[in-house]
Amino acid sequence: MLLSGADILVKTLIEQGCDTVFGYPGGQILDVYDSLYTHQDKIQHILTAHEQGAAHAADGYSRSTGRVGVVISTSGPGATNLVTGIATAHLDSVPMVAICGNVPTTQIGTDSFQEIDITGITLPITKHNYFVGSVEDLADTVREAFMLAVSGRPGPVLIDIPKDVQVAKCEYLPKPPVERMLPIAAKEKRIREAAEIINEARRPYIYFGGGIVSADAQAEMLALAEAIDAPIGCSLMGLSAIPTSHKRFLGMQGMHGHYASSRAMQKADTVIALGVRFNDRATGNRHKFAPGARIVHIDVDGSELCKNVTAYCGLRGDLKPTLKQLLPLINKQSRPEWWAKIETLRKEEKESIDNREGMTPRNVLLAINNRLSENTPVCTDVGQHQMWTAQAIEFSRPRRFLSSGGLGTMGFGLGAAIGASYGTGERSVLVTGDGSFGMNLNELATAVRYNVPIAIVIMNNGVLGMVRQWQTLFFDKHYSSSVLDRSTDFPALARAFGADGETVTTLEALENALDKAFSTNGPYVIDCRIDKDELVLPMLPPGGSMDDIIVKAGV
Amino acid sequence: MNRYTVAVLVRNQFGVLNRVTSMFRRRQFNISALTVSETETSELSRITVVFSGEEASKQQLVNQLYKLPDVCSIKEFNDTNSISCELLLIKMKNELDSREEIKSAADAFGAVTVDYSKDCMTFRLTDSSARIDDFINLMRDYTILEICRTGSVSLEKGSTTIRQIVNL
Repeated sequence: MLLSGADILVKTLIEQGCDTVFGYPGGQILDVYDSLYTHQDKIQHILTAHEQGAAHAADGYSRSTGRVGVVISTSGPGATNLVTGIATAHLDSVPMVAICGNVPTTQIGTDSFQEIDITGITLPITKHNYFVGSVEDLADTVREAFMLAVSGRPGPVLIDIPKDVQVAKCEYLPKPPVERMLPIAAKEKRIREAAEIINEARRPYIYFGGGIVSADAQAEMLALAEAIDAPIGCSLMGLSAIPTSHKRFLGMQGMHGHYASSRAMQKADTVIALGVRFNDRATGNRHKFAPGARIVHIDVDGSELCKNVTAYCGLRGDLKPTLKQLLPLINKQSRPEWWAKIETLRKEEKESIDNREGMTPRNVLLAINNRLSENTPVCTDVGQHQMWTAQAIEFSRPRRFLSSGGLGTMGFGLGAAIGASYGTGERSVLVTGDGSFGMNLNELATAVRYNVPIAIVIMNNGVLGMVRQWQTLFFDKHYSSSVLDRSTDFPALARAFGADGETVTTLEALENALDKAFSTNGPYVIDCRIDKDELVLPMLPPGGSMDDIIVKAGV
Repeated sequence: MNRYTVAVLVRNQFGVLNRVTSMFRRRQFNISALTVSETETSELSRITVVFSGEEASKQQLVNQLYKLPDVCSIKEFNDTNSISCELLLIKMKNELDSREEIKSAADAFGAVTVDYSKDCMTFRLTDSSARIDDFINLMRDYTILEICRTGSVSLEKGSTTIRQIVNL
């Protein structure tokens, strides 16, 4: 079948199982949009307000489903607007394919109108990228991009397609969807070494991250925890992988992690790290991190072993087959003494928990929590509200907490919530702050236009809360440029976009507003007023260790 | 700080040198010498990089390079497991009082005269990095007009090849 490059691209996307793409048209991608028009019965295109929103939506779609998210933009500014979205996906290992138009090959390198070297720009923030110089290469490039995006450690891949390649014709032969490269277990010798160390442990602690979700290895991890009677903690990216209510789960650890989780890790003699990369936000001062512990680190990406924390035993391998091979070598153990210690830590955590009444962040989140079904994707932006959400929301299914962990992208949430709603077919919840929401609130237009159900809760404190918290604790309360002093009327703004919303100042009003938010067909904005001096606690000061943990304000 | 020589076998595609060197830049390694050329197979190119750094950072760099889809294989070289050499072209001022001394030094090092005129003489020397350093240092006593020097090219001793690591 002789087809144009644009048709080949769209047909290959459909062939690879892609039925939803997010994007924004423009001059050098018009042929592709023409093809999307003719194929709209097989592939839907969601037009966002800005390419960044489209990239975050593709990311949210991918995080909530595990499938490849696809975003399409034109050349030049369309392509550069994707950059933050691609970087966000890169840092959190989200499989995504970004497709950009470019000027015709004859004009490449001449600074044409809306020409940009997007493969150069995205070199450090993609797993790989392609400039497609001829239409004959197009279909296989798209297939390779899909395969790379999901294989090994997932990540974003970009394809740059010049205008003339979209127009040129060649033969197209459909092929079956690509398979993920075969997951490979770690070396047998290494697995035996790891088993030996784990069998010698007296106080083991399992610490997992987003890698467990990517590898879908929750069952294997829980079997290991059961066998060695270990508690489990996770990084921000690990949240929602296993139910929050699981009896072995101590919660997220790290800078704003759960007290019991962080303390237990510090007291452990063996830390079994699964699909985590020991980010500085998770470890604090790396030299004082889990000082007495031998670390067994398993990751599909060999470059993560010994990058941030020196592992006593590092295994490069896909988590699922590696854990499967490891399990038969593990001796069954019971550790009442270790668990007595852990229960003490849990008790201490309960004692320091914020149980004030009124519009505290925790009470707001508990009210949201009561409304969630096990399928509801909970998305956040970045800042205090993100940490409060990570601490308070109880998750029951994997891929239901969507947050920019690695890059910390303010403005991620609304796009991601749109994508997650498309991915899951559920109403999304977006918990955001007035600062973060201000960054990409234009996507309200998208949510209204497509009737995307999203309960949006803006934790509005009139300040950049996390910046203020640092300024309070470490900069002598010099609130430099962190007081917003804006007069934005969020409910009126929601109405201007064609949605609805309200401001709430009490918990009763919040409950009523949530009733509406969870029954509206489309987005609903709750402007939830909270105090500007609320802190995210506990807090590990930057560069500090667990001994420096701040549990209560003023202590 | 240690000095490392690493050969990277890559898919011969445009932009691939940029992908590899960009990894050095991101990890803040300064490249001391670099050579790139096609190999015995036209689909593959070989990039040889000489750089200085700490062992842990070097290992991290190599691990990151392995993740690039265009990278097929990587080989680290040292003095005992490999043969390396460089090429030097050096243009000296041709003056009566130094001419004979320069020529005998060049003879001693095995440098070949590739250009000769009334004002200048140009020598070519192919040798180890250290020997080339020595020769240049010796020439500093006279008037050096211009130097051009390639990066190192290295092969492993014995019959093992870089391609055998990945069964290409």
